[in-house]
Amino acid sequence: MNAPATIVFVALFLLVTVIGFVAAHWREADLNLLHEWGLGGRRFGTMVTWFLLGGDLYTAYTFIAVPALVYGKGAIGFFAIPYAVLLYPILYVVFPRLWAVAHARGHITAADFVRERFDSRILALAVAVTGVVATMPYIALQLVGMEVVIGALGFPTEGLIGHLPLIIAFLVLAAFTYKSGLRAPALIAVVKDVLIFVTVIAAVVVIPAKLGGYGAIFAHVPPEKLILAPPSGDSLGAYSAYATLALGSALALFLYPHSMTGILSASDGNAIRRNAALLPAYSFILGLIALLGYMAIAAGVGEDATHVAGFARYGSNYAVPALFLTSFQPWFVGVAFASIAIGALVPAAIMSIACANLFTRNLYKEFVRPDCTEAQEAKVAKIVSLVVKIGAVVFILALPQAYAIQLQLLGGIWIIQLLPPILLGLYTRSRSAPALMIGWAAGLATGTYMAATQGFASSVYPLALFGVTLPGYAALYSVVLNLLLALSLTPVFNLLRSRRLAPAGR
Amino acid sequence: MQGEMPKGGRLRYLPRLLLIIPLVAILWVPSYNALQPELAGIPFFYWYQLAWILIGAGLVVIVYLIEIGIARSAE
Repeated sequence: MNAPATIVFVALFLLVTVIGFVAAHWREADLNLLHEWGLGGRRFGTMVTWFLLGGDLYTAYTFIAVPALVYGKGAIGFFAIPYAVLLYPILYVVFPRLWAVAHARGHITAADFVRERFDSRILALAVAVTGVVATMPYIALQLVGMEVVIGALGFPTEGLIGHLPLIIAFLVLAAFTYKSGLRAPALIAVVKDVLIFVTVIAAVVVIPAKLGGYGAIFAHVPPEKLILAPPSGDSLGAYSAYATLALGSALALFLYPHSMTGILSASDGNAIRRNAALLPAYSFILGLIALLGYMAIAAGVGEDATHVAGFARYGSNYAVPALFLTSFQPWFVGVAFASIAIGALVPAAIMSIACANLFTRNLYKEFVRPDCTEAQEAKVAKIVSLVVKIGAVVFILALPQAYAIQLQLLGGIWIIQLLPPILLGLYTRSRSAPALMIGWAAGLATGTYMAATQGFASSVYPLALFGVTLPGYAALYSVVLNLLLALSLTPVFNLLRSRRLAPAGR
Repeated sequence: MQGEMPKGGRLRYLPRLLLIIPLVAILWVPSYNALQPELAGIPFFYWYQLAWILIGAGLVVIVYLIEIGIARSAE
């Protein structure tokens, strides 16, 4: 066990635990109201929103998985960067509008919005269920990130003793989330970001210096990995895969309940617009984080005997921890690993709160107990948040890691199906819930099918169109189908409805 | 109204067309799938995309400032 690293790690963890509990008193209000517990009272200005959304967007899994992809697959793993370029214009244009409507009508969740806009409980239910189901694997994957660094600290990871650190971490998370709601991750996100910035700056300065500069780092990478393989024959090959992965991910990100929560908790639309300009700082950092994958190759962590066990257990996900262990002083390894672990806590907290908001408003209050008081609403949400977290822990401990990753892949395909209701709801006068339901169902089925044809190992589907093969992100293809169906069926259903309301021959 | 740009004529939204630029640039993958020219030892494919993050952010800032300016002069 790596003592200095572990001590620093635990100390930082204790710090955020305290902050998590103290957060209940920040901008003090009645945490028995759902919008206080679940949306921080909608009083988060630009900077707090920046930290919160950053906490959403840049997770432990991002820190581990993006470099892992670059380490293992090279250039295609860099798609996180064009995804970031696409993200912010979308955020700037679409989401302040959603915020304005939600603020005026008191919506807490996307399903609230859909429920009112389309006057359809079924569609709202579909939105809510999709949101919850798509998020749960994502929470579980944060735990994978945490597990990898705990394992890298030298703790045994088998058996109950091995799982104890993770369980403790999660109990802590569950406790302060229960108490403080969204304020907890918002405040902890500040610490997380400081730690991540520090770690990344250290990584992109210290490690290249050790390895002989960026030129030397890239020289270690086999050339065929360094850029995308140019397509051959009738296929657009890696080009369309890369572009669609970026576009599909950008469209999907803000549809996740936790992103919605982050956006709807802003104090006004301009806070969101300003964030569209400020959040790219995170994406730039993400670009640097991605390059850690290549640094890991250059540092030869794959050939290092001390890391064999780690790679055997965690695959490419071990690349970043191995790199840090090789390159940093032990105490700083503690800082770096803490930044990743805390980077798991924040999004896990926000995601579980977002799921709880959705479940409570759009399932419990809508279908089970419409007359529940605000205090009961908040109570149910707190309990659901707890259950969701417990479910994620059990999932990670009981099932092989690969399952979590596959489910997350599917989650991305499912969540993007919420795009048509949001877009049509904001930008058209469509009132046709049936058209959207059909689109949603078709998109879900098609996207899942496409992933299934790849054995759920990849979400890139080789679409064959007019003699050209377009390997592309299943999520994007399926949502296009969804949108086309919704748009084309809307006039049909409107016609049917007007015929029904005003019978022919009047 | 708080948080929503004033809905005067549609022309108010014209500055947003600037935001199409990063979209097109980054989706046109063949235009940057290359190793040269390098910058500080970093191949083109990588530094170009990182640059677009900054350019994109810059464009959002510009659009934001223009729209705030329009909103203020409309008051």
